[in-house]
Amino acid sequence: MERVYLDHASNTPLLPEVREAMAPYLDGEFANPSSLHGLGRRSAKVLEEAREKVASLIGAKSEEVIFTSCGTEANNFALKGFTAANEKKGRHIIVSSIEHFSVLHAARRLERQGYRVTRVPVDLTGWIDPQEVRGAIASDTILISIIHANNEVGTIEPIREIARIAKEHGILFHADAVSSCGTIPTNVAELGVDALTLAANSFYGPVGVAALYLRRGTKIFPFLDGGGQEEGRRSGTENLPAIVGMGKAAELAHRQMEARMEYLSRLRDRLIAGLLAIEGAHLNGHPTERLPGHVSVSVSDVESEPLLLSLDMEGIFVGNGSACNSKAMKSSHVLQAMGVPEPLAQGAVVLTLGIGNREEEIAVVLGIFPKVVERLRKLNRTYASQAMRSVK
Amino acid sequence: MKFPIFLDNMSTTRVDPRVLEEMLPYFSEEFGNAASRNHPYGWKAEQKVDESRSRIARLIHCGPKEIVFTSGGTESCNLAIKGVCEIYREKGDHLIVGTTEHRAVIDVARRMERSGFRVTYLPVDKTGIADLEALKKEITDKTILIALMYGNHEIGTIHPVAEIGKIAKERGVLYFCDAAASQGFVPMDVEAMGIDLLALSAHKIYGPKGIGALYVRKKNPRVRLAPIIDGGGAERGMRSGTLNVPAIVGFGKACELAQAEMETERERLWKLNEKLKKAIESSLDYVHLNGHPTQRLPNILNMSLEFVEGESILMGINDIAVSSGSACTTATLEPSYVLIALGAGVELAHTSIRFSFGRFNTEEEIDFTAKRVIETITRLREMSPLYDMAKEGIDLKNVTWKKE
Repeated sequence: MERVYLDHASNTPLLPEVREAMAPYLDGEFANPSSLHGLGRRSAKVLEEAREKVASLIGAKSEEVIFTSCGTEANNFALKGFTAANEKKGRHIIVSSIEHFSVLHAARRLERQGYRVTRVPVDLTGWIDPQEVRGAIASDTILISIIHANNEVGTIEPIREIARIAKEHGILFHADAVSSCGTIPTNVAELGVDALTLAANSFYGPVGVAALYLRRGTKIFPFLDGGGQEEGRRSGTENLPAIVGMGKAAELAHRQMEARMEYLSRLRDRLIAGLLAIEGAHLNGHPTERLPGHVSVSVSDVESEPLLLSLDMEGIFVGNGSACNSKAMKSSHVLQAMGVPEPLAQGAVVLTLGIGNREEEIAVVLGIFPKVVERLRKLNRTYASQAMRSVK
Repeated sequence: MKFPIFLDNMSTTRVDPRVLEEMLPYFSEEFGNAASRNHPYGWKAEQKVDESRSRIARLIHCGPKEIVFTSGGTESCNLAIKGVCEIYREKGDHLIVGTTEHRAVIDVARRMERSGFRVTYLPVDKTGIADLEALKKEITDKTILIALMYGNHEIGTIHPVAEIGKIAKERGVLYFCDAAASQGFVPMDVEAMGIDLLALSAHKIYGPKGIGALYVRKKNPRVRLAPIIDGGGAERGMRSGTLNVPAIVGFGKACELAQAEMETERERLWKLNEKLKKAIESSLDYVHLNGHPTQRLPNILNMSLEFVEGESILMGINDIAVSSGSACTTATLEPSYVLIALGAGVELAHTSIRFSFGRFNTEEEIDFTAKRVIETITRLREMSPLYDMAKEGIDLKNVTWKKE
């Protein structure tokens, strides 16, 4: 049976070039970059080279890139570190209602510490109206944090406009670009952001490393205290092999971005067209402003869990939105915020393509998916009629 | 012999090939997110994560569910202290922290002071052992946490951990122990030792960088922690974020190997340690051991070689990678605060050098190192007027230096 992996939103496989770049640092080149001896200095040099590559992907200066252990950490760092450094200026922050949990729950913790948090709504396509953000600004707003592209529905937000509004009001703007960076252009100068989160495992780099871009001169409170690495802002021995991997992955993403976007969009559009041919199928998210490679569909009268499991048995591995809340299996906060009707929200499955997926795989999926849906609907009807009989 | 000889295993260690081998599949075909519940890539990752959790738990005698994965020792220390402070603030606002703790503990304690907590920095004796009588006296009904490490990362001195745990229990105070420098080298039992929180780090025991853990006691008492990283709610809600599966796999294997080889390795490292110490002591005068002579980690030898600055020694023996303090503080060239805490003068701190041995060091390397250190120190001292004066019997402490 052919296996088709369509859950790149939860994790992307490492590219062989990235693995190769990392290999020496998992092995013989292991010295601590903070060590003063020659081996340590060599590690420090490699670390800075990787930082430059990551900076170059987002058009930043290398000293504006702070490495962290994951996107979740970087988002927490941005929200908590920035508010702590600026609490005298104000106690109000703005996020959207479809942020990743790392932003939403960090915001909730800030609320417990006395901050006010406004969660701006989204429309049915998951799109955030910049004017909603403008309307939410108060005199003591110190931070706006908006997701660049949502991981569950793939909608790309009008970050540039929102950043401009933030700038007009002198408010710091952070974008969570975990799902977008490395896939679509995320040049910090073009977007006009002051801070941006990116994660290596979204663009075929390793897990265990991410970064926070922070515009030079932006004050932030250190997140982890200790040895004083990352210029005192994030202590802890640097994860050198992973950082090298992130550098390599960033370099490749930068170089191949156009081609990857073109390829993934083509596959995505074929997949969407095929899936929407199923009766009662509905595309979640924005019709055009969406990540290349991102498909979220709901099929009427089918719940996502049996659909996922049935596809799984056929060798097709898809996601149900966010890997983080997959244990809960309740309908997603993103679809709820978009106002997707509950039965459809319960049936959402997320197919996220990667550059390793082949054209033929789309045909395989489109051959199996409708059959699975038909089978599940039939089962539902049988249960329903049996239930009716037993009532009688 | 391969040069440079790596005797800086306290700063980090090389990944054991057996560890790397176990990690490799998780860098390629087994790349699932452990939180993905709907396909086998995720299931496999989760299963392997659980296996690692059990391996780590066995090393310190706790339950697998009491292990919370973090990005490293520093994060574990931050989580333990900040997490306890936030939850137990109602109960009290006082912490007791050792003066020789790692900076990941000292700096967090300082930050807690700035947020209104009171911190008592507990002194140590000349060998680096915490003063338990002082500890008993400092505990008040407002004390919520005692932070005293297991083995020290610079001098290797091992605190009487079980006694500290007992005192903490009797007084109803939580005990946090930073074991990042000592795990896997000496036996550890959180149950018998009365430890409530224990910080671990993989890259000090031939595991990968970027992964650590915090042991968080579940029973007697059940320790509660506020997360510092909020999000999807992984790790019992104490630490969110995508699990670093390959690193976790490596960490588990590293713990398993450390446990299996602890006894023989401990003996072997002591032998190397003693050998180097004796060689240096028998050929050079004005040398001092920093730390406890016996109650010490087997893999650390910290000596002050008077009249020669640590930095000069480092440059003089550049085919041997050693440290003149903790890797984290070396960039500042400040005298080590750990040695200052022992009551050693600034001179002794400045002339200190830390050899830290590891699994891949051989006796041959130690012989070479001894020879090279003795040669270098002898040569550097020949250029030192202070050394000449000391040899002539002048007590340098009583010399009044004329200002230029």
